[in-house]
Amino acid sequence: MKKRLLTLLVVTLTCVVAISAQGRRGLRINEVMIENDSSSVVDDFGKYSAWVELFNSTFGPLEISSVFLTNDRNNNTLYPVPLGDVNTEIPSRQHILFWADGEPNKGTFHMNFTFTPGEDNYVAIYDANGISLIDEIVIPGDLKPGQSYARKVDGEGGTGNPDAWEVRDGSNEKYITPSSNNIIKSTNSKVDMFAEQDARGGGMAIMAMCIVFTALLVLAICFNIINKIGANISRKRKIKALAEDEDMDDHHKEQDSGEVIAAIAAALAEHLDAHDRENTVLTINKVRKAYSPWSSKIYGLRELPRR
Amino acid sequence: MSFSDFIMQNLQEFWHLTGFYNATWEHLVMLAVGLFFIWLAIKKNFEPMLLVPIGFGILIGNIPFNTTAGLEIGIYEEGSVLNILYNGVSAGWYPPLIFLGIGAMTDFSALIANPKLMLIGAAAQFGIFGAYMVALLLGFAPDQAGAIAIIGGADGPTAIFLSSKLAPNLMGAIAVSAYSYMALVPVIQPPLMRLFTTKKERLIKMKPARAVSQNEKIIFPIVGMILTCFVVPSGIPLLGMLFFGNLLRECGVTNRLAKTASNALTDIVTILLGMTVGASTQASEFLTGDTIRIFLLGFMAFIIASTSGVLFVKLFNLVLPHSKKINPLIGNAGVSAVPMSARISNNLGLEYDPSNYLLMHAMGPNVAGVIGSAVAAGVLLGFLA
Repeated sequence: MKKRLLTLLVVTLTCVVAISAQGRRGLRINEVMIENDSSSVVDDFGKYSAWVELFNSTFGPLEISSVFLTNDRNNNTLYPVPLGDVNTEIPSRQHILFWADGEPNKGTFHMNFTFTPGEDNYVAIYDANGISLIDEIVIPGDLKPGQSYARKVDGEGGTGNPDAWEVRDGSNEKYITPSSNNIIKSTNSKVDMFAEQDARGGGMAIMAMCIVFTALLVLAICFNIINKIGANISRKRKIKALAEDEDMDDHHKEQDSGEVIAAIAAALAEHLDAHDRENTVLTINKVRKAYSPWSSKIYGLRELPRR
Repeated sequence: MSFSDFIMQNLQEFWHLTGFYNATWEHLVMLAVGLFFIWLAIKKNFEPMLLVPIGFGILIGNIPFNTTAGLEIGIYEEGSVLNILYNGVSAGWYPPLIFLGIGAMTDFSALIANPKLMLIGAAAQFGIFGAYMVALLLGFAPDQAGAIAIIGGADGPTAIFLSSKLAPNLMGAIAVSAYSYMALVPVIQPPLMRLFTTKKERLIKMKPARAVSQNEKIIFPIVGMILTCFVVPSGIPLLGMLFFGNLLRECGVTNRLAKTASNALTDIVTILLGMTVGASTQASEFLTGDTIRIFLLGFMAFIIASTSGVLFVKLFNLVLPHSKKINPLIGNAGVSAVPMSARISNNLGLEYDPSNYLLMHAMGPNVAGVIGSAVAAGVLLGFLA
């Protein structure tokens, strides 16, 4: 019982740690505005403050309370996301906006630091232990007021990789998207690609049949090998068992041949008139049992119709 | 307002809520379709376990009512009982549970004893991709074409699973089409098998399959799951549950779980799945030109799948030594209508040689077809979702 409980505990802990670690690692800094010049979004208090957009790149909801946001490389735990706010759970593939206004008393999403326009700004997220870095980025100092620095594709491009980021000025191609996707998809790009490149479906048929054949071929080959190994093992066992039988036969050959044992048993039975105690009688007479409608299944109330 | 006016007003409002007031000809057509399915199941014994729940579900889903009254009774109205039950279909978790039951019911011995039969199961999946090409020709978008084409796998749960992901608006028609043609397998397959085989080929006798050890039966679901899911991770929900169910059956220490998975659980999910799929075929969604085209494509997919299985065996025989030739009558069993198509192979074999029992040989490609169609669904999901 103790062993079972211990195993259960270890498995549960492993799962919890794995899920938690996997989830938090999926949090990404997605877009940052250093100087909000009133062309962008306004906070609940009507102020145009700098903001940091976080993105949950996983396919499950992500609770981010107790992670740390910072703009100071020497202080990983500058702003802890408060506990107890239901809004700190980010739904799958969704965003959340934090205001860098240095006024944490205004609520959960107002951080205790600000950015400095005109110079490189650093922003990072650390896990609840204050040591494990989740994501970081340096925002270039040449960003103009009203421009944002955003990932080209939501959540993609890894950690601290400036190649995955671009400056956005609000033009048609480079729109600024606080609390929204950096790329707005109106169609499924995979489907569009197949519609464009493989209008007749031949490519799909070839690729898919190759994959199906490969999967089952690999399985067939694998089981062919297992078959052979199994056959070898059983052959060896058989040979070993036969060899053991032969040894036994050699050893007991003179002592207990079947004929001798049968003769001894027959003599004993004759001499002692021994019989087993038998409690059943073989007969050709028909056995009749008392019939009662109470025990008859055909009169059952729950009898189902049969066709 | 006088008392009589009050009575009249309420009775009039009630009349507006009744099915008689809200009925349209589309509702009546769908009710007739539901009754036809029930008749097929009870009188003709066509897949009764599926067609009775689906047929009755069609009746439930097509009772006319006032959709603007906010009564929370329709299957598409959030919070209604039917909508809650329908979640298993729309979110796609009924089909993997059915696969758990299939795994717990299926004996893979024939396949383990003769692994090359797996390739027949793979070849028959061409029905899916052949139908995909035809669906594109008929003007369906690639994701819709993929969802329709999976009918060729002859696997109802897989068809529902994939269509719920790729084309939820076509799911009702796809599911009904898949199950209808599965019921018609004994009618569709034999003429094709006769057409594409010679009398000499039909008389081929295959060596009896060797006995398979318990260890091999235990290793199969574990290795099978790992290998197939490594190749097609998007097939995990179906393949994972299929092999898990089979491990429960074969490991020998979880008999209670295997029994529950293969009996009670499968029965419960089958009832819910069939009924809700039936109820989802509301006239407005179902009675469209697309539905007719889906039925045509489904029929075509079945023909292509059965034919490609038979032709693949003939092709395979060209490279096999004389003593190991395969009877092409088991080629049709590459579709995953278990065990019906294997039984058809056996019956047709016995028709030409009363001593030629093909059932155990046909079970190999038949269960390989189940794996193959799940892999094909995973491929389509991976490419198009």
